[in-house]
Amino acid sequence: MIKRLLIANRGEIALRIVRAARELGIESVVAHSEADADSLAVSQADAGVCIGPAQATKSYLNAAAILQAARECDADAVHPGYGFLSENAAFARAVVEAGMVFVGPDAAIIERMGDKAMARQTAVDAGVPVVPGSPGAVSEPARAAAMAAEIGFPLLIKAAAGGGGRGIRVVENADEFDRQLQAAQAEARAAFGDDRVYLERFIEHARHIEVQVLGDGERVVHLFERECSLQRRRQKLFEECPSPALDEAAREALCHSAVRLAEHVGYVGAGTLEYLFDSHSGEFFFIEMNTRIQVEHPITEAVTGIDLVREMLRVASGERLRFAQSQIQCRGWAVEMRINAEDPARDFFPSPGTVARLIWPTGPGIRIDSALFEGYRMPPFYDSLVAKLVVWDDNRAAALARAARALNEFVLDGFTTTAALHQRLLETPALRAAEIDIGFLERWLADAPQPVASSSAPVSAPASAAQETAP
Amino acid sequence: MSQQPSQHTIQAPFPGVFYRRPAPDQAPFVEPGQRVEADTVIGLIEVMKQFCELKAEAAGTIVSIEVEDEAVVEAGQPLAILETAP
Repeated sequence: MIKRLLIANRGEIALRIVRAARELGIESVVAHSEADADSLAVSQADAGVCIGPAQATKSYLNAAAILQAARECDADAVHPGYGFLSENAAFARAVVEAGMVFVGPDAAIIERMGDKAMARQTAVDAGVPVVPGSPGAVSEPARAAAMAAEIGFPLLIKAAAGGGGRGIRVVENADEFDRQLQAAQAEARAAFGDDRVYLERFIEHARHIEVQVLGDGERVVHLFERECSLQRRRQKLFEECPSPALDEAAREALCHSAVRLAEHVGYVGAGTLEYLFDSHSGEFFFIEMNTRIQVEHPITEAVTGIDLVREMLRVASGERLRFAQSQIQCRGWAVEMRINAEDPARDFFPSPGTVARLIWPTGPGIRIDSALFEGYRMPPFYDSLVAKLVVWDDNRAAALARAARALNEFVLDGFTTTAALHQRLLETPALRAAEIDIGFLERWLADAPQPVASSSAPVSAPASAAQETAP
Repeated sequence: MSQQPSQHTIQAPFPGVFYRRPAPDQAPFVEPGQRVEADTVIGLIEVMKQFCELKAEAAGTIVSIEVEDEAVVEAGQPLAILETAP
Protein backbone atom coordinates (compact mmCIF):
# COMPACT_ATOMS: atom_id res chain seq x y z
CA MET A 1 0.00 0.00 0.00
CA ILE A 2 1.04 3.59 -0.63
CA LYS A 3 2.70 5.08 2.48
CA ARG A 4 2.87 8.79 1.81
CA LEU A 5 0.68 10.46 -0.77
CA LEU A 6 1.30 13.86 -2.31
CA ILE A 7 -1.97 15.52 -3.29
CA ALA A 8 -1.40 17.89 -6.20
CA ASN A 9 -4.66 19.77 -5.98
CA ARG A 10 -6.69 22.15 -3.85
CA GLY A 11 -10.14 22.90 -2.48
CA GLU A 12 -12.76 20.27 -1.79
CA ILE A 13 -11.13 17.52 -3.86
CA ALA A 14 -7.80 17.85 -2.03
CA LEU A 15 -9.73 17.49 1.25
CA ARG A 16 -11.67 14.53 -0.17
CA ILE A 17 -8.40 12.74 -0.98
CA VAL A 18 -6.91 13.60 2.44
CA ARG A 19 -9.93 11.91 4.04
CA ALA A 20 -9.65 8.76 1.91
CA ALA A 21 -5.92 8.54 2.61
CA ARG A 22 -6.41 8.88 6.36
CA GLU A 23 -9.03 6.13 6.37
CA LEU A 24 -6.58 3.82 4.61
CA GLY A 25 -3.71 4.69 6.94
CA ILE A 26 -1.86 6.61 4.25
CA GLU A 27 -0.05 9.80 5.21
CA SER A 28 -1.11 12.77 3.11
CA VAL A 29 0.85 15.83 2.07
CA VAL A 30 -1.05 18.59 0.28
CA ALA A 31 0.96 20.50 -2.31
CA HIS A 32 -0.43 24.04 -2.21
CA SER A 33 0.11 27.48 -3.65
CA GLU A 34 0.95 30.52 -1.52
CA ALA A 35 -2.73 31.50 -1.69
CA ASP A 36 -3.88 28.19 -0.22
CA ALA A 37 -1.56 27.89 2.78
CA ASP A 38 -4.51 28.34 5.19
CA SER A 39 -6.86 25.95 3.39
CA LEU A 40 -8.84 23.24 5.14
CA ALA A 41 -7.17 20.56 3.01
CA VAL A 42 -3.73 21.68 4.21
CA SER A 43 -4.77 21.86 7.86
CA GLN A 44 -6.47 18.44 7.75
CA ALA A 45 -3.55 16.74 5.97
CA ASP A 46 -0.54 15.33 7.77
CA ALA A 47 1.55 18.03 6.12
CA GLY A 48 1.50 20.76 3.50
CA VAL A 49 4.18 21.82 1.07
CA CYS A 50 4.22 25.10 -0.83
CA ILE A 51 4.81 24.67 -4.55
CA GLY A 52 4.70 28.27 -5.74
CA PRO A 53 2.80 31.52 -6.13
CA ALA A 54 -0.97 31.90 -6.32
CA GLN A 55 -1.29 31.73 -10.10
CA ALA A 56 -2.05 28.14 -11.10
CA THR A 57 0.51 28.20 -13.93
CA LYS A 58 3.19 28.81 -11.29
CA SER A 59 1.94 26.23 -8.78
CA TYR A 60 -0.77 23.64 -9.50
CA LEU A 61 0.26 23.44 -13.16
CA ASN A 62 3.97 23.54 -12.41
CA ALA A 63 4.96 19.90 -12.85
CA ALA A 64 8.61 20.47 -11.95
CA ALA A 65 7.71 22.14 -8.65
CA ILE A 66 5.24 19.38 -7.77
CA LEU A 67 7.75 16.63 -8.54
CA GLN A 68 10.40 18.36 -6.47
CA ALA A 69 7.96 18.70 -3.57
CA ALA A 70 7.07 15.00 -3.88
CA ARG A 71 10.71 13.97 -3.74
CA GLU A 72 11.49 16.30 -0.84
CA CYS A 73 8.66 15.02 1.30
CA ASP A 74 9.54 11.44 0.37
CA ALA A 75 6.15 10.66 -1.13
CA ASP A 76 5.72 7.34 -2.89
CA ALA A 77 2.60 8.37 -4.83
CA VAL A 78 0.93 11.44 -6.34
CA HIS A 79 -2.84 11.96 -6.61
CA PRO A 80 -3.70 14.64 -9.18
CA GLY A 81 -7.39 15.11 -8.26
CA TYR A 82 -9.38 16.65 -11.14
CA GLY A 83 -8.48 19.56 -13.42
CA PHE A 84 -4.93 20.96 -13.31
CA LEU A 85 -2.48 18.14 -14.24
CA SER A 86 -4.89 15.24 -13.74
CA GLU A 87 -5.09 14.40 -17.46
CA ASN A 88 -1.62 15.53 -18.43
CA ALA A 89 0.16 12.47 -19.83
CA ALA A 90 3.62 14.07 -19.56
CA PHE A 91 3.06 14.69 -15.85
CA ALA A 92 1.83 11.14 -15.26
CA ARG A 93 4.92 9.83 -17.04
CA ALA A 94 7.26 12.10 -15.08
CA VAL A 95 5.78 10.92 -11.77
CA VAL A 96 6.42 7.29 -12.71
CA GLU A 97 9.92 8.06 -14.03
CA ALA A 98 10.69 9.70 -10.69
CA GLY A 99 9.95 6.34 -9.07
CA MET A 100 6.51 7.17 -7.68
CA VAL A 101 3.01 5.89 -8.29
CA PHE A 102 0.66 8.07 -10.32
CA VAL A 103 -2.87 7.58 -8.98
CA GLY A 104 -4.55 7.15 -12.34
CA PRO A 105 -4.02 5.25 -15.56
CA ASP A 106 -0.72 4.98 -17.47
CA ALA A 107 0.39 8.00 -19.49
CA ALA A 108 -0.25 6.01 -22.69
CA ILE A 109 -3.92 5.53 -21.76
CA ILE A 110 -4.30 9.22 -20.86
CA GLU A 111 -2.84 10.12 -24.25
CA ARG A 112 -5.00 7.68 -26.13
CA MET A 113 -8.29 8.58 -24.45
CA GLY A 114 -7.49 12.29 -24.11
CA ASP A 115 -7.18 12.79 -27.84
CA LYS A 116 -10.71 13.10 -29.26
CA ALA A 117 -9.98 11.49 -32.61
CA MET A 118 -8.02 8.62 -31.05
CA ALA A 119 -10.66 8.06 -28.37
CA ARG A 120 -13.35 7.95 -31.05
CA GLN A 121 -11.38 5.41 -33.09
CA THR A 122 -10.74 3.35 -29.96
CA ALA A 123 -14.48 3.29 -29.26
CA VAL A 124 -15.19 2.16 -32.81
CA ASP A 125 -12.57 -0.59 -32.45
CA ALA A 126 -14.20 -1.73 -29.19
CA GLY A 127 -17.62 -1.84 -30.84
CA VAL A 128 -18.97 1.15 -28.92
CA PRO A 129 -21.23 3.51 -30.87
CA VAL A 130 -20.01 7.05 -31.60
CA VAL A 131 -21.96 9.96 -33.04
CA PRO A 132 -22.30 9.02 -36.72
CA GLY A 133 -20.32 11.40 -38.91
CA SER A 134 -18.19 11.79 -42.00
CA PRO A 135 -14.79 10.14 -41.59
CA GLY A 136 -13.10 13.34 -42.77
CA ALA A 137 -13.71 16.70 -44.41
CA VAL A 138 -15.53 16.55 -47.72
CA SER A 139 -16.14 19.11 -50.49
CA GLU A 140 -17.51 17.07 -53.40
CA PRO A 141 -21.35 17.34 -53.23
CA ALA A 142 -22.15 13.85 -54.55
CA ARG A 143 -19.81 12.25 -52.01
CA ALA A 144 -21.28 14.41 -49.25
CA ALA A 145 -24.83 13.36 -50.21
CA ALA A 146 -23.86 9.69 -50.11
CA MET A 147 -22.32 10.16 -46.65
CA ALA A 148 -25.41 12.05 -45.47
CA ALA A 149 -27.64 9.17 -46.47
CA GLU A 150 -25.48 6.83 -44.43
CA ILE A 151 -25.34 9.12 -41.36
CA GLY A 152 -29.08 9.78 -41.23
CA PHE A 153 -31.16 12.87 -40.43
CA PRO A 154 -31.34 15.36 -38.87
CA LEU A 155 -27.68 16.12 -39.34
CA LEU A 156 -25.25 19.00 -38.97
CA ILE A 157 -23.13 20.46 -41.71
CA LYS A 158 -20.05 21.99 -40.10
CA ALA A 159 -17.54 24.12 -41.99
CA ALA A 160 -14.17 22.39 -41.69
CA ALA A 161 -12.49 25.76 -41.15
CA GLY A 162 -15.17 26.96 -38.71
CA GLY A 163 -15.20 26.60 -34.97
CA GLY A 164 -16.90 27.83 -31.84
CA GLY A 165 -20.34 27.30 -33.35
CA ARG A 166 -19.60 29.24 -36.55
CA GLY A 167 -20.56 27.78 -39.90
CA ILE A 168 -22.96 25.14 -38.57
CA ARG A 169 -26.27 24.29 -40.27
CA VAL A 170 -28.97 21.85 -39.24
CA VAL A 171 -30.50 19.78 -42.04
CA GLU A 172 -33.83 18.26 -41.04
CA ASN A 173 -34.25 15.74 -43.87
CA ALA A 174 -32.79 14.34 -47.07
CA ASP A 175 -34.88 16.62 -49.34
CA GLU A 176 -33.22 19.69 -47.85
CA PHE A 177 -29.72 18.36 -48.02
CA ASP A 178 -28.52 19.50 -51.46
CA ARG A 179 -29.80 23.05 -51.02
CA GLN A 180 -28.35 23.37 -47.49
CA LEU A 181 -25.02 21.92 -48.54
CA GLN A 182 -24.77 24.40 -51.39
CA ALA A 183 -25.51 27.31 -49.04
CA ALA A 184 -23.13 26.01 -46.37
CA GLN A 185 -20.30 25.61 -48.88
CA ALA A 186 -20.88 29.08 -50.36
CA GLU A 187 -20.77 30.54 -46.84
CA ALA A 188 -17.68 28.59 -45.91
CA ARG A 189 -15.90 29.70 -49.08
CA ALA A 190 -16.76 33.32 -48.37
CA ALA A 191 -15.95 33.21 -44.67
CA PHE A 192 -12.94 30.92 -44.60
CA GLY A 193 -11.82 30.49 -48.22
CA ASP A 194 -12.37 26.75 -47.70
CA ASP A 195 -15.56 24.95 -48.72
CA ARG A 196 -14.83 21.61 -47.06
CA VAL A 197 -17.40 20.46 -44.53
CA TYR A 198 -17.92 17.76 -41.92
CA LEU A 199 -21.23 16.00 -41.54
CA GLU A 200 -22.48 14.75 -38.20
CA ARG A 201 -25.76 13.37 -36.89
CA PHE A 202 -27.69 16.04 -34.99
CA ILE A 203 -29.16 14.78 -31.75
CA GLU A 204 -31.86 17.29 -31.06
CA HIS A 205 -32.70 16.63 -27.43
CA ALA A 206 -29.54 14.92 -26.31
CA ARG A 207 -28.92 14.09 -22.70
CA HIS A 208 -25.45 13.90 -21.19
CA ILE A 209 -25.15 10.57 -19.45
CA GLU A 210 -21.86 9.19 -18.21
CA VAL A 211 -20.74 5.85 -16.85
CA GLN A 212 -18.40 5.48 -13.88
CA VAL A 213 -15.88 2.69 -14.19
CA LEU A 214 -13.11 1.23 -12.04
CA GLY A 215 -10.36 -0.89 -13.51
CA ASP A 216 -7.30 -2.74 -12.26
CA GLY A 217 -5.62 -3.29 -15.62
CA GLU A 218 -7.19 -6.71 -16.10
CA ARG A 219 -10.80 -6.28 -15.18
CA VAL A 220 -13.18 -3.34 -15.31
CA VAL A 221 -16.44 -2.89 -13.44
CA HIS A 222 -19.02 -0.14 -13.87
CA LEU A 223 -20.73 1.74 -11.07
CA PHE A 224 -23.77 2.72 -13.09
CA GLU A 225 -24.43 6.03 -14.75
CA ARG A 226 -24.89 9.68 -13.84
CA GLU A 227 -27.23 12.10 -15.57
CA CYS A 228 -25.39 15.39 -16.10
CA SER A 229 -27.61 17.15 -18.62
CA LEU A 230 -28.04 20.31 -16.55
CA GLN A 231 -25.17 22.40 -17.87
CA ARG A 232 -24.48 26.02 -18.59
CA ARG A 233 -21.73 26.75 -21.10
CA ARG A 234 -20.74 23.11 -20.83
CA GLN A 235 -20.31 23.41 -17.07
CA LYS A 236 -22.37 20.95 -15.08
CA LEU A 237 -24.46 22.43 -12.28
CA PHE A 238 -26.77 19.67 -11.06
CA GLU A 239 -26.26 15.94 -11.45
CA GLU A 240 -28.16 12.85 -10.46
CA CYS A 241 -27.49 9.16 -10.15
CA PRO A 242 -28.89 7.05 -11.69
CA SER A 243 -30.29 8.67 -14.85
CA PRO A 244 -34.08 9.01 -14.95
CA ALA A 245 -33.95 8.55 -18.75
CA LEU A 246 -32.88 4.89 -18.82
CA ASP A 247 -34.86 1.71 -18.38
CA GLU A 248 -33.06 -1.42 -17.22
CA ALA A 249 -32.30 -2.65 -20.74
CA ALA A 250 -30.84 0.70 -21.83
CA ARG A 251 -28.86 0.95 -18.59
CA GLU A 252 -27.42 -2.52 -19.08
CA ALA A 253 -26.46 -1.78 -22.71
CA LEU A 254 -24.88 1.58 -21.86
CA CYS A 255 -22.90 0.43 -18.83
CA HIS A 256 -21.79 -2.74 -20.59
CA SER A 257 -20.44 -0.70 -23.53
CA ALA A 258 -18.42 1.43 -21.11
CA VAL A 259 -16.88 -1.65 -19.52
CA ARG A 260 -16.06 -3.02 -22.97
CA LEU A 261 -14.28 0.18 -23.98
CA ALA A 262 -12.38 0.52 -20.69
CA GLU A 263 -11.32 -3.14 -20.82
CA HIS A 264 -10.24 -2.66 -24.43
CA VAL A 265 -7.57 -0.19 -23.27
CA GLY A 266 -6.69 -2.09 -20.07
CA TYR A 267 -7.95 0.72 -17.89
CA VAL A 268 -6.54 1.27 -14.40
CA GLY A 269 -8.21 3.40 -11.74
CA ALA A 270 -11.40 5.46 -11.76
CA GLY A 271 -12.64 6.76 -15.08
CA THR A 272 -15.76 8.16 -16.67
CA LEU A 273 -17.10 7.56 -20.16
CA GLU A 274 -19.32 10.33 -21.41
CA TYR A 275 -22.18 9.67 -23.80
CA LEU A 276 -24.86 11.57 -25.61
CA PHE A 277 -28.20 9.82 -25.18
CA ASP A 278 -31.00 10.38 -27.66
CA SER A 279 -34.14 9.98 -25.57
CA HIS A 280 -36.34 9.79 -28.68
CA SER A 281 -34.52 6.93 -30.37
CA GLY A 282 -32.95 5.42 -27.26
CA GLU A 283 -29.56 5.44 -29.00
CA PHE A 284 -26.39 6.36 -27.12
CA PHE A 285 -23.09 7.58 -28.51
CA PHE A 286 -19.71 7.69 -26.79
CA ILE A 287 -18.18 11.18 -26.89
CA GLU A 288 -15.16 11.19 -24.58
CA MET A 289 -13.49 9.68 -21.57
CA ASN A 290 -12.20 11.41 -18.45
CA THR A 291 -9.26 9.48 -17.06
CA ARG A 292 -9.54 10.82 -13.51
CA ILE A 293 -11.90 11.20 -10.57
CA GLN A 294 -14.77 13.57 -11.36
CA VAL A 295 -16.39 16.38 -9.40
CA GLU A 296 -19.71 14.53 -9.24
CA HIS A 297 -18.30 11.19 -8.01
CA PRO A 298 -20.09 11.42 -4.61
CA ILE A 299 -23.51 10.67 -6.10
CA THR A 300 -22.17 7.38 -7.42
CA GLU A 301 -20.71 6.67 -3.99
CA ALA A 302 -24.09 7.44 -2.44
CA VAL A 303 -26.03 4.87 -4.46
CA THR A 304 -23.36 2.14 -4.61
CA GLY A 305 -21.81 2.50 -1.17
CA ILE A 306 -18.37 2.23 -2.78
CA ASP A 307 -15.72 4.82 -1.89
CA LEU A 308 -14.22 5.63 -5.29
CA VAL A 309 -11.24 7.57 -3.98
CA ARG A 310 -10.22 4.79 -1.60
CA GLU A 311 -10.59 2.27 -4.44
CA MET A 312 -8.38 4.45 -6.65
CA LEU A 313 -5.69 4.40 -3.97
CA ARG A 314 -6.00 0.63 -3.50
CA VAL A 315 -5.75 -0.08 -7.23
CA ALA A 316 -2.84 2.36 -7.61
CA SER A 317 -1.09 0.42 -4.83
CA GLY A 318 -1.29 -2.67 -7.00
CA GLU A 319 -4.35 -4.36 -5.47
CA ARG A 320 -6.92 -6.13 -7.65
CA LEU A 321 -10.51 -4.92 -7.70
CA ARG A 322 -12.25 -6.18 -4.60
CA PHE A 323 -15.69 -6.83 -6.07
CA ALA A 324 -17.38 -8.56 -8.95
CA GLN A 325 -19.84 -6.67 -11.12
CA SER A 326 -22.75 -8.56 -9.58
CA GLN A 327 -21.79 -7.28 -6.12
CA ILE A 328 -22.24 -3.65 -7.15
CA GLN A 329 -25.80 -2.55 -6.54
CA CYS A 330 -27.51 0.73 -7.25
CA ARG A 331 -29.71 1.62 -4.29
CA GLY A 332 -31.92 4.71 -4.09
CA TRP A 333 -31.28 8.05 -5.74
CA ALA A 334 -28.66 10.76 -5.28
CA VAL A 335 -28.36 14.32 -6.52
CA GLU A 336 -25.50 16.79 -6.40
CA MET A 337 -25.98 20.54 -6.37
CA ARG A 338 -22.87 22.52 -7.19
CA ILE A 339 -22.53 25.60 -5.05
CA ASN A 340 -20.39 28.01 -7.02
CA ALA A 341 -19.25 31.47 -5.93
CA GLU A 342 -21.03 33.03 -8.87
CA ASP A 343 -23.92 35.44 -9.16
CA PRO A 344 -26.66 34.04 -11.45
CA ALA A 345 -28.24 37.52 -11.64
CA ARG A 346 -25.04 38.88 -13.14
CA ASP A 347 -24.51 36.25 -15.80
CA PHE A 348 -22.75 33.97 -13.31
CA PHE A 349 -19.94 36.42 -12.75
CA PRO A 350 -17.54 35.19 -10.03
CA SER A 351 -18.20 36.58 -6.57
CA PRO A 352 -15.16 35.88 -4.43
CA GLY A 353 -15.32 36.96 -0.81
CA THR A 354 -14.96 35.94 2.81
CA VAL A 355 -17.26 33.46 4.51
CA ALA A 356 -19.01 35.54 7.19
CA ARG A 357 -21.48 32.90 8.35
CA LEU A 358 -21.82 29.24 7.45
CA ILE A 359 -24.43 26.69 8.45
CA TRP A 360 -24.33 23.37 6.63
CA PRO A 361 -27.45 21.30 6.17
CA THR A 362 -27.30 18.08 8.18
CA GLY A 363 -29.56 15.17 9.03
CA PRO A 364 -30.45 12.03 7.11
CA GLY A 365 -29.06 11.48 3.64
CA ILE A 366 -26.91 14.58 3.35
CA ARG A 367 -23.23 14.82 2.50
CA ILE A 368 -21.24 18.02 2.09
CA ASP A 369 -17.96 18.07 0.19
CA SER A 370 -16.47 21.49 0.75
CA ALA A 371 -13.32 23.16 2.02
CA LEU A 372 -15.18 26.25 3.30
CA PHE A 373 -15.17 27.39 6.92
CA GLU A 374 -16.26 30.58 8.68
CA GLY A 375 -13.66 33.28 8.17
CA TYR A 376 -12.27 31.62 5.03
CA ARG A 377 -11.23 34.17 2.45
CA MET A 378 -11.72 32.65 -0.94
CA PRO A 379 -8.81 33.34 -3.28
CA PRO A 380 -9.86 34.72 -6.69
CA PHE A 381 -7.40 32.60 -8.67
CA TYR A 382 -9.15 29.28 -9.07
CA ASP A 383 -12.40 27.55 -9.92
CA SER A 384 -15.59 28.99 -8.41
CA LEU A 385 -16.85 25.65 -7.03
CA VAL A 386 -17.00 26.02 -3.24
CA ALA A 387 -19.26 23.20 -2.11
CA LYS A 388 -21.11 20.14 -3.31
CA LEU A 389 -24.41 19.42 -1.60
CA VAL A 390 -25.03 15.74 -2.11
CA VAL A 391 -28.37 14.27 -1.10
CA TRP A 392 -29.48 10.66 -1.05
CA ASP A 393 -32.92 9.16 -0.57
CA ASP A 394 -34.62 5.96 -1.60
CA ASN A 395 -36.26 7.36 -4.74
CA ARG A 396 -36.00 10.37 -7.03
CA ALA A 397 -38.99 12.34 -5.75
CA ALA A 398 -37.83 11.89 -2.15
CA ALA A 399 -34.27 12.88 -3.07
CA LEU A 400 -35.50 16.09 -4.72
CA ALA A 401 -37.64 16.92 -1.67
CA ARG A 402 -34.67 16.27 0.59
CA ALA A 403 -32.48 18.44 -1.65
CA ALA A 404 -34.92 21.33 -1.19
CA ARG A 405 -34.89 20.74 2.57
CA ALA A 406 -31.07 20.79 2.54
CA LEU A 407 -31.01 24.09 0.66
CA ASN A 408 -33.44 25.52 3.21
CA GLU A 409 -31.05 24.73 6.04
CA PHE A 410 -27.99 25.96 4.17
CA VAL A 411 -26.73 29.42 5.16
CA LEU A 412 -23.69 31.03 3.56
CA ASP A 413 -23.16 34.75 4.08
CA GLY A 414 -20.32 36.72 2.56
CA PHE A 415 -20.75 36.19 -1.14
CA THR A 416 -23.37 35.17 -3.67
CA THR A 417 -23.62 31.56 -4.76
CA THR A 418 -25.71 29.34 -6.99
CA ALA A 419 -27.65 27.96 -3.98
CA ALA A 420 -30.78 30.05 -4.63
CA LEU A 421 -30.77 28.97 -8.25
CA HIS A 422 -30.91 25.32 -7.18
CA GLN A 423 -33.90 26.09 -4.99
CA ARG A 424 -35.77 27.54 -7.99
CA LEU A 425 -34.62 24.71 -10.21
CA LEU A 426 -36.06 22.15 -7.79
CA GLU A 427 -39.43 23.90 -7.99
CA THR A 428 -39.47 23.62 -11.79
CA PRO A 429 -42.04 21.09 -13.04
CA ALA A 430 -39.88 20.01 -16.01
CA LEU A 431 -37.01 19.14 -13.70
CA ARG A 432 -39.29 17.25 -11.34
CA ALA A 433 -40.63 15.35 -14.35
CA ALA A 434 -37.02 14.75 -15.51
CA GLU A 435 -37.84 16.26 -18.90
CA ILE A 436 -34.37 17.63 -19.44
CA ASP A 437 -31.65 17.68 -22.06
CA ILE A 438 -28.31 19.45 -22.46
CA GLY A 439 -30.03 22.65 -23.64
CA PHE A 440 -32.56 22.72 -20.78
CA LEU A 441 -30.67 24.83 -18.26
CA GLU A 442 -29.73 27.58 -20.70
CA ARG A 443 -33.30 27.76 -22.03
CA TRP A 444 -34.64 27.86 -18.46
CA LEU A 445 -32.21 30.62 -17.49
CA ALA A 446 -33.21 32.64 -20.56
CA ASP A 447 -36.92 32.22 -19.75
CA ALA A 448 -36.65 32.86 -16.02
CA PRO A 449 -34.39 35.81 -15.24
CA GLN A 450 -32.56 35.31 -11.97
CA PRO A 451 -33.60 37.66 -9.17
CA VAL A 452 -30.85 39.83 -7.74
CA ALA A 453 -29.58 38.42 -4.46
CA SER A 454 -30.03 40.87 -1.60
CA SER A 455 -27.45 39.58 0.85
CA SER A 456 -24.40 39.86 -1.34
CA ALA A 457 -21.94 42.71 -1.10
CA PRO A 458 -22.05 44.36 -4.52
CA VAL A 459 -18.88 44.85 -6.50
CA SER A 460 -18.71 47.22 -9.41
CA ALA A 461 -19.68 45.53 -12.64
CA PRO A 462 -16.94 44.70 -15.08
CA ALA A 463 -16.81 46.69 -18.30
CA SER A 464 -17.42 43.50 -20.24
CA ALA A 465 -16.79 39.83 -19.89
CA ALA A 466 -14.20 39.17 -22.53
CA GLN A 467 -13.87 35.44 -22.63
CA GLU A 468 -14.31 32.33 -20.62
CA THR A 469 -11.89 29.49 -20.29
CA ALA A 470 -12.76 25.85 -20.72
CA PRO A 471 -13.38 23.68 -17.64
CA MET B 1 -8.37 80.36 -15.25
CA SER B 2 -6.47 77.82 -17.23
CA GLN B 3 -7.95 74.38 -17.29
CA GLN B 4 -5.64 71.86 -15.65
CA PRO B 5 -5.47 68.27 -16.78
CA SER B 6 -6.49 66.01 -13.92
CA GLN B 7 -5.07 62.68 -12.92
CA HIS B 8 -7.36 59.75 -12.59
CA THR B 9 -6.52 56.38 -11.06
CA ILE B 10 -7.81 53.26 -12.74
CA GLN B 11 -8.49 50.72 -9.99
CA ALA B 12 -9.03 46.97 -9.97
CA PRO B 13 -12.81 46.44 -9.70
CA PHE B 14 -12.30 43.06 -8.00
CA PRO B 15 -9.41 40.88 -6.88
CA GLY B 16 -7.62 38.70 -9.41
CA VAL B 17 -4.65 38.51 -11.73
CA PHE B 18 -3.91 41.52 -13.92
CA TYR B 19 -2.69 40.99 -17.47
CA ARG B 20 -1.14 43.80 -19.47
CA ARG B 21 -1.16 41.77 -22.67
CA PRO B 22 -3.93 39.95 -24.60
CA ALA B 23 -1.59 36.94 -24.81
CA PRO B 24 1.91 36.23 -23.50
CA ASP B 25 3.48 36.63 -26.95
CA GLN B 26 1.68 39.87 -27.79
CA ALA B 27 2.38 43.53 -27.13
CA PRO B 28 0.81 45.25 -24.08
CA PHE B 29 -2.64 46.74 -24.56
CA VAL B 30 -1.31 50.21 -23.67
CA GLU B 31 2.01 51.87 -22.83
CA PRO B 32 2.69 54.99 -20.75
CA GLY B 33 2.37 58.11 -22.88
CA GLN B 34 -0.28 56.52 -25.06
CA ARG B 35 -3.49 58.40 -25.83
CA VAL B 36 -6.61 56.37 -24.97
CA GLU B 37 -10.37 56.71 -25.35
CA ALA B 38 -12.94 55.75 -22.73
CA ASP B 39 -13.46 52.36 -24.34
CA THR B 40 -9.77 51.56 -24.85
CA VAL B 41 -8.88 48.25 -23.19
CA ILE B 42 -5.94 48.75 -20.84
CA GLY B 43 -5.69 45.20 -19.49
CA LEU B 44 -7.47 42.02 -18.42
CA ILE B 45 -8.33 40.82 -14.97
CA GLU B 46 -8.76 37.12 -14.40
CA VAL B 47 -11.04 36.19 -11.56
CA MET B 48 -11.91 32.54 -10.97
CA LYS B 49 -11.01 31.51 -14.51
CA GLN B 50 -13.07 34.28 -16.13
CA PHE B 51 -11.36 37.09 -17.96
CA CYS B 52 -12.68 40.64 -17.90
CA GLU B 53 -11.55 43.49 -20.07
CA LEU B 54 -10.65 46.61 -18.14
CA LYS B 55 -11.33 49.87 -19.96
CA ALA B 56 -9.86 53.33 -19.42
CA GLU B 57 -13.39 54.70 -18.72
CA ALA B 58 -12.23 58.20 -19.75
CA ALA B 59 -10.33 59.74 -22.63
CA GLY B 60 -6.80 60.88 -21.86
CA THR B 61 -3.18 59.86 -21.74
CA ILE B 62 -1.74 56.94 -19.78
CA VAL B 63 0.81 58.35 -17.33
CA SER B 64 1.91 55.10 -15.78
CA ILE B 65 1.05 51.45 -15.29
CA GLU B 66 1.22 50.67 -11.59
CA VAL B 67 1.47 46.89 -11.60
CA GLU B 68 3.47 44.26 -13.44
CA ASP B 69 2.02 41.93 -16.03
CA GLU B 70 0.42 38.86 -14.35
CA ALA B 71 0.47 40.56 -10.94
CA VAL B 72 -1.94 39.52 -8.21
CA VAL B 73 -4.16 42.53 -7.45
CA GLU B 74 -6.68 43.37 -4.74
CA ALA B 75 -10.02 45.09 -5.29
CA GLY B 76 -9.45 48.85 -5.38
CA GLN B 77 -5.74 48.58 -6.05
CA PRO B 78 -4.44 51.26 -8.47
CA LEU B 79 -3.56 49.70 -11.82
CA ALA B 80 -2.83 52.74 -13.96
CA ILE B 81 -2.76 56.53 -13.79
CA LEU B 82 -4.61 58.38 -16.52
CA GLU B 83 -4.28 62.09 -17.26
CA THR B 84 -7.63 63.23 -18.53
CA ALA B 85 -7.83 66.12 -20.95
CA PRO B 86 -9.60 69.25 -19.65
